[in-house]
Amino acid sequence: MTDLAATDPLPKPKRDIAPVLLPIALALLMIPLIGSTSSWLTLTVASLAMGMMIFIMASGLTLVFGLMDVLNFGHGAFIAVGAYVATLVLAPFAASIQADSLWMNLAVLAPAALLSMAVSGALGLVVERVLILPVYGQHLKQILMTTGGLIVAEQTLYALWGPQIIPMPLPASLRGSFILGDVAIAKYRVLAMLIGLAVFIAIQLVLNRTKLGLLIRAGVENREMVEALGYRIRRLFLGVFMTGSALAGLGGVMWALYREQVHASMSDDLTVLIFIVVIIGGLGSIGGCFIGAILVAMVANYGGFLVPKLALVSNILLMVAILMWRPRGLYAVTSR
Amino acid sequence: MMMLSGDPPRSRVLTLLLVVIILALAATPFLFPGAKALNVAAKICVFAALVASYDLLLGYTGSVSFAHTMFYGIGSYAIAIALYGMGPNWAAVATGIVTGLPLAALLALAIGLFSLRVAAIFFAMITLAVASAFQVLASQLSWLTGGEDGRSFQLPELLRPGTVLISKNLFGFEINGRILTFYLVFAISALMILALLRVVNSPFGRVLQAIRENRFRAEALGFRTVFHLTYANCLAALVAASAGILNALWLRYAGPDTSLSFSIMLDILLMVVIGGMGTIYGAIIGATIFILAQNYLQSLMGVASKAASEAGLPLLPGLLHPDRWLLWLGLLFIASVYFFPTGVVGRLRHGGGKKTAGPSH
Repeated sequence: MTDLAATDPLPKPKRDIAPVLLPIALALLMIPLIGSTSSWLTLTVASLAMGMMIFIMASGLTLVFGLMDVLNFGHGAFIAVGAYVATLVLAPFAASIQADSLWMNLAVLAPAALLSMAVSGALGLVVERVLILPVYGQHLKQILMTTGGLIVAEQTLYALWGPQIIPMPLPASLRGSFILGDVAIAKYRVLAMLIGLAVFIAIQLVLNRTKLGLLIRAGVENREMVEALGYRIRRLFLGVFMTGSALAGLGGVMWALYREQVHASMSDDLTVLIFIVVIIGGLGSIGGCFIGAILVAMVANYGGFLVPKLALVSNILLMVAILMWRPRGLYAVTSR
Repeated sequence: MMMLSGDPPRSRVLTLLLVVIILALAATPFLFPGAKALNVAAKICVFAALVASYDLLLGYTGSVSFAHTMFYGIGSYAIAIALYGMGPNWAAVATGIVTGLPLAALLALAIGLFSLRVAAIFFAMITLAVASAFQVLASQLSWLTGGEDGRSFQLPELLRPGTVLISKNLFGFEINGRILTFYLVFAISALMILALLRVVNSPFGRVLQAIRENRFRAEALGFRTVFHLTYANCLAALVAASAGILNALWLRYAGPDTSLSFSIMLDILLMVVIGGMGTIYGAIIGATIFILAQNYLQSLMGVASKAASEAGLPLLPGLLHPDRWLLWLGLLFIASVYFFPTGVVGRLRHGGGKKTAGPSH
């Protein structure tokens, strides 16, 4: 038996940094393959920006699954709803969007994004109460219910806004690029990266530094135990679900601005991408989700540049490779 | 009883319904004149088989696959590409069959083995990802698949509408190649459904149900669940690919919209849920209800939408527009999972539905 002094630090789990090194190694590996440093930098920034946007959309889903074991196939609906709601604000204020002043642009963009988050969050409340509450613990029915919800949401969007693609131009001050030497970095990508990083840091702080976060992490690891200690985990879950939906709405606005268009079917492609990210990252792991999103975006960008033909199946190949290495995703958090 | 593998419908109303449906389908060329009725009947046959094969997965093993249309599409495209490339002869039909079916089975094996390595919960997500990649692949490889336009082709001489087998003055009905094709579709679909009924009522099928109810216990009893699940996947893929072949033969066309699109996957899911999971018979009922609604309700919705817009009601014309029929389908889908979890067949078998026949999760 070893003696433990009160001053000894508590034993900590070993940090697992291999997954963190993976995207860095991938990026470095690509330098000689791509050849020119400037295009490598542009591609890397593009992947980071795309990865951050995907991360924002996927983070909610991974927590929802990890915490409550709920498979939400309708997560994409929140993305599309967020994007459509943003058009409600952006269309009437088109003039201030086109004005070449960063502050005027942001004065319209910020409320648009907040409204989108509020609406998708509220929709999340409805979905959780109506569709998911009756089918807790039944995966098959969860998949059926949320798939039905996705169809209804998508079709309602079509009925309200019509089937055409709605253009969503970038604000004037966010168009164009910063030029550093011979490297061009699109301004909007920098903004997307900043927002993504802010969301990531905020989630990490909440999860690791607050009591709420402690409960969420405990719930992900062992739900019954947290319930036995007297916490109402259903309510906690509802909060996580709504936050996740709101983040998906934010991601939807950002993605729509990135593509400069809004369409109800945008959620279909993104749903697949998000699922891949969540699987790669390990269900319930925010860090894994973050790395997974960047990996997916890197493979899409580098792959599209080097071997355009491969881009179609590159995500699947990435998923296969990662799962061969770690069958439960990069970070296996849940005991399930 | 032999034919039904000792698994009769077990409900008088259900038996009556099935007999009426099957007789109506068999007599469609004589009872309901016109190309539309025959098309609807053929589609019901093809989908009944396709949905029954999906029921083997969803209802009997309890695993949700979103890749079922992929196998359906492989069958469709195999026969279409073969007939398009080699011309309308029977050798091409045979080529399509001997390339399409093994390809579907191999792919199912690969997906099965791969997703068995990871948590069972990933299965639905992985199949969704693979199916969407395949869909993109099919539309990108346009030199092979014809891209978004798909491939139209000619059938062998015997199956063409112009081929008169029995002239009109003999029975009062003309039997031509088109009707022969219809009966080919009808007979093969019926055979496949009977075969699936045999599979689910065999000891193998019982093991699948055991896995559905509790995988750990099934494993503890000494069954190799990995083998059983993969085998079920391959069987379902084979039947789906055969249904795809029949569909392509009937339409004389294979394209992304008729054989690969995600909306077909949703249709299949809906048909299984409406008909009743884990019953096989539910597939026939679900496919019939759904396809009749799809073909005849949409025109009703058009009328309703027009009436609503003439009455000056807000929003309703948009919601009732025929293109929005999926909206009502989605609502029906949710409602049937809510109130109707055992589907039509489960309801008919158990009256009030106290005891559930379908899987509980």
